[in-house]
Amino acid sequence: MTRRGRILLKTLVWGACLVPLALLAWRAWTGDLTANPIDFVTDTLGRWGMRMLLASLALTPLRLVLGIGWPLILRRLLGLFAFFYVSLHFLVWVVLDHFFAWAQMGADIVKRPYITVGVSALALLVLLAATSTSGMVKRLGARAWRRLHRIVYVAAVLGVLHFMWLAKVGRIEPYVYAAILAVLLGVRLAGAVRAFRVRRRGTRAGVTSESSSDNRPPRRSIVARTEIMGGPDMAPDHRTKGADAPLGLPRPPALGAVPGGARTHPRNPGRPSRARFVQGR
Amino acid sequence: MLIRQAPRFRWSEVTDERLYLNRRELIAGAAALALFPGRAEAGPPPPVSQLAALPAAPNPRYRHADSPTKIESATTYNNFYEFGVEKEDPARLAGTLKPRPWQVVVEGHVAKPGTFDIEELLRLAPLEERVYALRCVEAWSMVIPWIGYPLSALLKRVAPTGQAKFVEFQTLLDPEQFPAQKKGVFGFSMSGLDWPYVEGLRLDEAMHPLALLTVGMYGKVLPNQNGAPVRVVVPWKYGFKSAKSIVRIRLVSEQPQTAWAKAQPREYGFYSNVHPSVDHPRWSQATERRIGEFRRRQTLMFNGYADQVASLYAGMDLKKNY
Repeated sequence: MTRRGRILLKTLVWGACLVPLALLAWRAWTGDLTANPIDFVTDTLGRWGMRMLLASLALTPLRLVLGIGWPLILRRLLGLFAFFYVSLHFLVWVVLDHFFAWAQMGADIVKRPYITVGVSALALLVLLAATSTSGMVKRLGARAWRRLHRIVYVAAVLGVLHFMWLAKVGRIEPYVYAAILAVLLGVRLAGAVRAFRVRRRGTRAGVTSESSSDNRPPRRSIVARTEIMGGPDMAPDHRTKGADAPLGLPRPPALGAVPGGARTHPRNPGRPSRARFVQGR
Repeated sequence: MLIRQAPRFRWSEVTDERLYLNRRELIAGAAALALFPGRAEAGPPPPVSQLAALPAAPNPRYRHADSPTKIESATTYNNFYEFGVEKEDPARLAGTLKPRPWQVVVEGHVAKPGTFDIEELLRLAPLEERVYALRCVEAWSMVIPWIGYPLSALLKRVAPTGQAKFVEFQTLLDPEQFPAQKKGVFGFSMSGLDWPYVEGLRLDEAMHPLALLTVGMYGKVLPNQNGAPVRVVVPWKYGFKSAKSIVRIRLVSEQPQTAWAKAQPREYGFYSNVHPSVDHPRWSQATERRIGEFRRRQTLMFNGYADQVASLYAGMDLKKNY
């Protein structure tokens, strides 16, 4: 994808992510927020937070299963929008629903399991959002960053639990989300298990760097992704994509810690340069 | 000063012309029914503005201090699982319910069991308007001007015997009229409830003057989405205790297996009295949102009817008997 293509795609998705909020604003303007507006707004925001979180989590499995990698450039964007909607959901609870009745909210957080897990999920999302910048990837090191960001699955599980617990009997939606999350998590686990097996086999066979690494240039999607995302997901790609990856080897160098001093992006020093790949080969 | 200004008008005074108009609608309706017999309208129920007016004298003894909830809210924000689990579902789908003709069977431990036609029920006792608070177990509330008469009037008519200890209410079972009663793919109830919907009261609760056999609201007959044509309203209990669209009333000696207590026994008990310090297992019942208001209110013991009903539960542990 060209740079212009990426910018266009991201702009479009950015706009699309704001549509639910715009619709809410429109319904508020036309007085169409049902007889219980606060509940309706809280519900709607929470739902969209959940949907966007699942969407952001679907991108890696999409690549693993179907080999479609380009949507990965949207992962951070979707993740941050999920955080945005979940934060609004929380703010509505604090401001409109309970009007800063801290004592009651505090008691609820401790006493009501669905609120406990909801607030925990939000706390995790805050952590992830705060470390979502390319600068943080660099500071933490790609490997640690990647590990940290696996927490997103914990947050998603807590989010689904939150929804299942609060929903009344007969609501199907939370179970749909639970099923989707289970599939996504299953794909990631299967990928991890497969990668682990392949790596072990590779180690036992004593494969060396030279004999296994292919010299094909990285696929375009990876280039695009690593450039935009700061490359945190690069290594899993190599590991899980099959036996042709450089397995059982020193991991591909982490971004920001590229041996030999990777050149940085000409206009954005925090951002790794595409030249790394040339050098990496 | 006790000089109370008389209301500008009474519902009973405005209704005549509407009733007159309603005759025409009835004739038109009968004609339509003749052309398309037995065909229930899928989709929204008739607009509230077109419902027949129902004359009833306001009963000042039962006039809640707060002003009534907007009729638009009371008729579009409903829990009526026979139409679906979402609160918009009843107002969207209740067109399938046909509140006429309608009969209610009253049976069980009674000396004079009987089947009452809805027209007969409407004349059984003088209709009165009572403004009650309605507290939903989901922590929201409304104030609604109901029309009806004490349930005790009907119960006395059938003369319960000494064996009658409880009263069981059954809602209509008809998947053609209640779409959500249709079985799901694997034969499971989609809503998690067993049909027909069953509710119940202890006999002394049912005989309490507050328990209202209800046939109308806001000066009109009951809208489909609010439990047409006849329901009960038990204002000191959570809303789900007030069974809607009733076809059968049984006087029994054992505590009835009620729908919600059967579906989620840990969350919904038989008594389900409004009680601010007995929480729902998942949420607090200490406060509520009055529909149409911004800030939460404190929930009152027995929904504000403590002085009238507390004696029914003297010596009972209401935390255990939730």
